[in-house]
Amino acid sequence: MSAKDEILGRIRTALADAPRVEEVPRSYRTTSSLSEEELIELLVDRLVDYKAGVDVIDAADIPTFVASKLDAAHSVVYPHGLDTGWLQAVPESVQRHMDAPGSMLTIPELDATSAVVTSSAISVAESGTIILDGEPDQGRRAISLVPDHHVCIVPVSTIVQLLPEAMPRLEVTRPQTWISGPSATSDIELERVEGVHGPRTLDVLIVRGL
Amino acid sequence: MSQVFLGMPAPGAGNLFAEEQFPAAAHRELGNTQLRANLRHATHTIRDKRIRVVGELPDWEALRDAGSAIKDASMANLDQRLEEFEKNFTARGGIIHWARDADEANQIVTRLVRDTGSDEVVKVKSMATQEIGLNEHLEAQGIAAFETDLAELIVQLDHDKPSHILVPAIHKNRTEVRDIFLREMPQVDPALTNEPAKLAEAARLHLRKKFLSAKVAISGANFALADTGTLGVVESEGNGRMCLTLPETLITVMGIEKVLPNWQDIEVFMQLLPRSSTGERMNPYTSLWTGVTENDGPQNVHLVLLDNGRTRALSDKFGRTALNCIRCSACMNVCPVYERTGGHAYGSTYPGPIGAILSPLLTGIEAEENNSLPYASSLCGACYDACPVKINIPEILVHLRGEDVDSKRGKKLLPTQMDLLMKGGSWALSSGNHLGLLEKALPLGKLVAGKDKKIKKLPGIAAGWTSSRDLPAPPSKSFRDWWKSEKEGK
Ligand code: SF4
Repeated sequence: MSAKDEILGRIRTALADAPRVEEVPRSYRTTSSLSEEELIELLVDRLVDYKAGVDVIDAADIPTFVASKLDAAHSVVYPHGLDTGWLQAVPESVQRHMDAPGSMLTIPELDATSAVVTSSAISVAESGTIILDGEPDQGRRAISLVPDHHVCIVPVSTIVQLLPEAMPRLEVTRPQTWISGPSATSDIELERVEGVHGPRTLDVLIVRGL
Repeated sequence: MSQVFLGMPAPGAGNLFAEEQFPAAAHRELGNTQLRANLRHATHTIRDKRIRVVGELPDWEALRDAGSAIKDASMANLDQRLEEFEKNFTARGGIIHWARDADEANQIVTRLVRDTGSDEVVKVKSMATQEIGLNEHLEAQGIAAFETDLAELIVQLDHDKPSHILVPAIHKNRTEVRDIFLREMPQVDPALTNEPAKLAEAARLHLRKKFLSAKVAISGANFALADTGTLGVVESEGNGRMCLTLPETLITVMGIEKVLPNWQDIEVFMQLLPRSSTGERMNPYTSLWTGVTENDGPQNVHLVLLDNGRTRALSDKFGRTALNCIRCSACMNVCPVYERTGGHAYGSTYPGPIGAILSPLLTGIEAEENNSLPYASSLCGACYDACPVKINIPEILVHLRGEDVDSKRGKKLLPTQMDLLMKGGSWALSSGNHLGLLEKALPLGKLVAGKDKKIKKLPGIAAGWTSSRDLPAPPSKSFRDWWKSEKEGK
């Protein structure tokens, strides 16, 4: 008997008493009535608590803000689907690398890159969570992981209050990364310290009119 | 060895057994005052945080109800859920392996690593691989396994054992961690201080090269979603993302009980888990992957589905809800026994209140190493209140105490006073009438007590309790009697 058949057989034996299945009660919150301004305020509050950098800006100001965030960078990587207009004010001295399916940066190249700029799929204000799902404006997972500084664009139209509100807007089979602040650990005396293996600096640009 | 029948739920093996009985281990650990101070500090920090973030959600109880019901439903059709998961995961390029027990899982992983030609792996913290003793097995086979979670790294560098499921090095304070790093990390800055931020940075430097060059990673999983074939890992440091994204081969080892029916169910668990475990609104990073994605992440993706006693636990209809556990660790953080003894006293990979029920359920209560675990509790109920999926741990403890007594009787061992007490306890608590009868005996306690209304010496097994503390004498009337007479008087 294969291990699979045996384990499934054991499960059926174990469940011989045919446990009753109750309907799952779903009386938790699934809709919110927050205004756009309240959503922005809530998300900002959470991100600041996680020690992320946050600015709420207008779409027209994206290039200026992206450039100022990359002030100290010597190089930046961006996914092939990103609006390159967002990078137009980045000084010439900062090397730009586009990462695309046919021309992917190697891991050492990513490690030598100071920053990454991506967009995002959806954000949950209540928990301060930004979800990336690998769409062309966010790129494959490695590019938002290896560089030590992540500049992330969050369009206001993609903010919801509650996690259950985000679910219908997600394509779960795409590789996803849910980001709530820069990398952190609570492993020493259960006190939170920001900055371990993931990007140690997270700058979020919340963009109105996008 | 117990006899195993084909298709019959079999007991688990691996790191599920205490090396000595809980009372002896607890006694030794209680003598370690540094350990107790560290634990007290850490568990109290996390308790306060948890209460704050849980209190923020007006629908916390509704989420707990949903979480508990989803898990029950998943367990009731576990065979179908697993087959559905397998179908979807496989359709997306993942490969599934089934492992009856620890040994089989270790062999499968070893073979998979060997096939890649690599002799080292990076690891994301995983309870399942701890349970099966994977690191030790790999080492014996000449494969080096590097733990990458900070706390696991501390434990591994110190050649110690984890003592908590979320923060395995909770028994170490910052200065002890600094000393371990200075001693064990080859390139560490000798001026390293005990600031947690500096210690985290030392870990980053120590592991960076490993992450960037690793060919094989081994992970656990927090959940598997049956209807999409998706796996998820919840973490904080980014070591998980490194392992799940950069290597060519990813091998995940997961208990069969982790499967959830619908992918939307994570909307419940991703609200319950982070708030209950680290007391955060959300953990910094969660990764979800469904088989293989071209040009993104590992291109060889394996999953080892592990039984190792889970079907045995499932066959206990009073105990099976222990499998609903999402390993948040809230129960140990609130447990007065855990706070004093620490995790090592429980012996098994699973310490604290959940360990006290899960270990004997996985191995069978007949396993003598574990039959004292159900007594490692005062039945105060704090664990039940804290549990995000509402596992009634005290009730299962009482059930297992009864099983233990029965199993000893089966072996023709004479029940000890403790057995009788515990059997009596479950009898007394099972009905109001029983309890009332017992309370009638209360005035006897008055006789044993001296004039200062303190009982200084109890007979028999209870003498151990009064040898170091006085017990207030019971009141002359039980609360139930008093309540009755109050009501009738009105
Ligand atoms: S038993 Fe409940 S509280 Fe304890 S670790 Fe499991 S889910 Fe968390």
